[in-house]
Amino acid sequence: MLDQGKNLTMIRRYALSSLLLLGASTFGACEKEEPKPAAAPAAPAAPAAPAAPAAPPADDKGPIKVGILHSLSGTMAISETSLKDVALMTIDEINEAGGVLGRKLEPVVVDPASNWPLFAEKARDLIQNQHVAVTFGCWTSVSRKSVLPVFEELNGLLFYPVQYEGEESSWNVFYTGAAPNQQAIPAVEYLMSKKGGNAKRWVLLGTDYVYPRTTNKILRYFLHSKGVADDDIMEKYTPFGHSDYQTIVADVKKFAAGKRTAVVSTINGDSNVPFYKELGNQGIKATDIPVVAFSVGEEELRGVDTKPLVGQLAAWNYFESIDNPTNKAFIDKWMAYVKKNNLPGGDKRVTNDPMEATYIGIHMWAQAVAQAHTTNVDAVRQAVGYQHFKAPSGFDITMDAENHHLHKPVFIGEVKADGQFRVVWKTEGPIKAEAWSPYIPDDKGKIANWLYPWACGNCTEAKYK
Amino acid sequence: MRLAPAPTASRRFAQGLLALAALVLVTGGGGGRPAFADTLDDAVNGLASGSGEKISAAVKQLATLDDPRAIPALDALCDDRLRAGADGRAWIFDSHTHDLKDPLTGAPAPAGARPAKEVELDNDIRREAQPVLAQLQLASPDKSVRLAAAEELSKAGSDDAAVMLHKAYDKEKDKGVHDALALAVARLDIQSKDPAARLAAVQLIHKSGNDAMLGELQRLLSVGADGQPQEPDAQVRAEAKEALNAVMSRRRIITAVGSVIYGVSLASVLLFAALGLAITFGLLGVINMAHGEMLMLGAYATYAVQTFFQNHLAGAFQYYLVAAVPVAFIVTFAVGVVLERLVIRHLYNRPLETLLATWGISLILIQTVRLIFGAQNVAVANPDWLAGGVELAHGLVLPYNRIGVVVFVVAVSAAVWVLLYRTRLGLNVRAITQNRNMAACVGIPTKRLDAWMFGLGSGIAGLGGVALSQLGNVGPELGQSYIIDSFMVVVLGGVGRLAGAIVSALGLGVINKLIEPAAGAVMGKIVVLGFIILFIQRRPQGLFAIKGRSEA
Repeated sequence: MLDQGKNLTMIRRYALSSLLLLGASTFGACEKEEPKPAAAPAAPAAPAAPAAPAAPPADDKGPIKVGILHSLSGTMAISETSLKDVALMTIDEINEAGGVLGRKLEPVVVDPASNWPLFAEKARDLIQNQHVAVTFGCWTSVSRKSVLPVFEELNGLLFYPVQYEGEESSWNVFYTGAAPNQQAIPAVEYLMSKKGGNAKRWVLLGTDYVYPRTTNKILRYFLHSKGVADDDIMEKYTPFGHSDYQTIVADVKKFAAGKRTAVVSTINGDSNVPFYKELGNQGIKATDIPVVAFSVGEEELRGVDTKPLVGQLAAWNYFESIDNPTNKAFIDKWMAYVKKNNLPGGDKRVTNDPMEATYIGIHMWAQAVAQAHTTNVDAVRQAVGYQHFKAPSGFDITMDAENHHLHKPVFIGEVKADGQFRVVWKTEGPIKAEAWSPYIPDDKGKIANWLYPWACGNCTEAKYK
Repeated sequence: MRLAPAPTASRRFAQGLLALAALVLVTGGGGGRPAFADTLDDAVNGLASGSGEKISAAVKQLATLDDPRAIPALDALCDDRLRAGADGRAWIFDSHTHDLKDPLTGAPAPAGARPAKEVELDNDIRREAQPVLAQLQLASPDKSVRLAAAEELSKAGSDDAAVMLHKAYDKEKDKGVHDALALAVARLDIQSKDPAARLAAVQLIHKSGNDAMLGELQRLLSVGADGQPQEPDAQVRAEAKEALNAVMSRRRIITAVGSVIYGVSLASVLLFAALGLAITFGLLGVINMAHGEMLMLGAYATYAVQTFFQNHLAGAFQYYLVAAVPVAFIVTFAVGVVLERLVIRHLYNRPLETLLATWGISLILIQTVRLIFGAQNVAVANPDWLAGGVELAHGLVLPYNRIGVVVFVVAVSAAVWVLLYRTRLGLNVRAITQNRNMAACVGIPTKRLDAWMFGLGSGIAGLGGVALSQLGNVGPELGQSYIIDSFMVVVLGGVGRLAGAIVSALGLGVINKLIEPAAGAVMGKIVVLGFIILFIQRRPQGLFAIKGRSEA
């Protein structure tokens, strides 16, 4: 017979240790964006690689393998699944048009399960065992940082489709999302303008990890350069998955008393819903305190009751509501693909900025392969620079050969009740990305230029003289 | 999918006014001035022009016309319900019926008006239109509309409205509206050249304690570029200084009260997450890692009920939550009982295996939901009666959905308490908790009761899911973010004690919210966790321990 007291003590001991374990994993998440346990299911699409040294991928008759490295489970599945879908759609599209160099593209889909170290493992598997010619993938900055050494070590090629904090340029990566000067800075300039509401005071609100912190650092320097004092800037961070914004919204309200205030939100993913709900319920309207978000797009609004958000702003390089023939064709293609493959969500599916960036990236890579006449990474890399493509955003956009970033137009949109955006401001044309922000003093003189004689992503002097 | 916007007072008033306007037209008020009517008509149609400049010109014209018949059109413009018809006229769009109505007469639109386009407005235009709308609404017979309008005007403080504002202020009878207008007048007067007017304005601000005018007070007290104070009059300066102090001290009180209230609200969420666990873990001793998924299932049950109401019972949509409560309870209760029968009862007294098995179950449940509903979050809307909030004091708003959760959790806790401490069933359960073998010896059906209690714990978590769906996201991972919090509450409160869970949830919530303004949300959580670890070191049995011989 088990002693009841002993039993209870034992339970408690387990409880305490499991509590500690759980606690450790949450606070690890402050840096690591909620890692899933390593026990997450292995990707079904990644068959066990043969142990024998694989044959060199030299055969140029069979299909060209293309890696797709997006989380299909775990926290990031919510955002990354549609990037996988749109990548497969684009590959289908290219194959239907005859493929590249007369060869079909064969997608190799792996699931890194929102687990950052697993991203690196899967990337290694794709390059070493699957011999993919190129990889399209990653969403969070931390996953990109995790795979970066792998791509550089094995000389792979990665196309990264999401807006990010900049401060990076790699020989092995092409960035098709926005750098801060293509999203954050124009958005702040807009809010400073008369049309945007003449904001004099700034709340920089974010989830606590590398992207918001770096972006806010750049923005703070930028605001200083515009004569905004530190007293007029409030910077606040919340943990991942934070759902209680009562105090923060009350603080914002207090801070806003007296001067026109705008909120710049780098709150990530899930936390946006409770944040906007709280704003609405505490009676803050977009006309009083506008909130501009850098991580809220059509896809994120799909799971949201948009009533409290109407009139709030988002800055992107593409909106589904942009009206032009290229975008219409892109949306039609996407909806047809969703229907044909019976994807969840059906006719409620939307397109968004990272999906457009993925679409552009795959096409640019295919163009470069056609031009280089080989899938050899070194040759293709040279050919990707200067590629241009008629993008759904309505502009003919170019890949910058120097810093590996796209030239992109910037749009600022207001949330409408139907979950779409109305464009209220846009740049006249695509603007060039700044990999290193000129506003950060430490970055002074840093150059990202992969052309001769510089040939480096982070230096103050040319490599060759 | 989208809900109707809340029937705001202004809209209700607008409808009433529309009727009134029609009446006036019929009874002869509209008899003589066709030219005037044309200007109004033109201005209203101008609201649906293609360019921002034209719209803002039309708004300005409506301000000069000062005709309350323009209210429905302006209201629709601010709410994004105004459409530019193919015939070049403005129409009000009804998002439910998809009808187009004339903004002045309310008559349905002719076929020629379609297809109607959205008006390309932005916040800049809304910022211009809202004070004009408020200005027109000041003449409303409805007190609450006047009050809202006065508050809007005191916020915007447009110079054009000065004269009209003074007039309305002198005319106003209702005290609340009068006070709000006084503040709006004060905002204008503080810029006045007359020191007496400025002094009166500062005194008014002092009396109201409203911090919306904080910036103005600070400006008066600041020193200009020439080294001279912005405010030349010493008396006004002294008064402004006092007013500033009064406003700041009032604000400190509000912040403190607010923190406690927010803490209680956070506590209600924590308690909901933990209450079910207090039963399954506390009373049965099962370390149920799938507890969070019961919350998630409850939230998805709410979503399913909401979808059902949308498709089949659109008329009763506002009450879908009431139906969601029993549905969520039954679903999660059933899942809990099945889980207990199939898995957990084989693992009693083997905590480690239970932990692993329930962890596995939680992964299965998450993936199942993801396969059925998709990886995306689903939208669960607040019914109108839970949207918005009540303003306790200026700057302290209590949202209805949070009040709702607090009330609900109190009700559920009371019900659980009654069940455990006032019924035969509860007596048996408590007997099992104290000594399972002895309870079995005296004839208590321990096996069956285990299943019931596990089902009950899960069912309460399901109710928690209903509540959480009103506050945040509903997605497959919903439960993951609450499982840590719920274990924290139960362990701190003392395993096996209901009161412990309640007190510890309250304590954690309030402490968290008191720390948060100073230390930030991230630090706040770390401090609370550190505090719990230390506390458990000192007192492993938690706040409220069951008294037993083996524990001293």
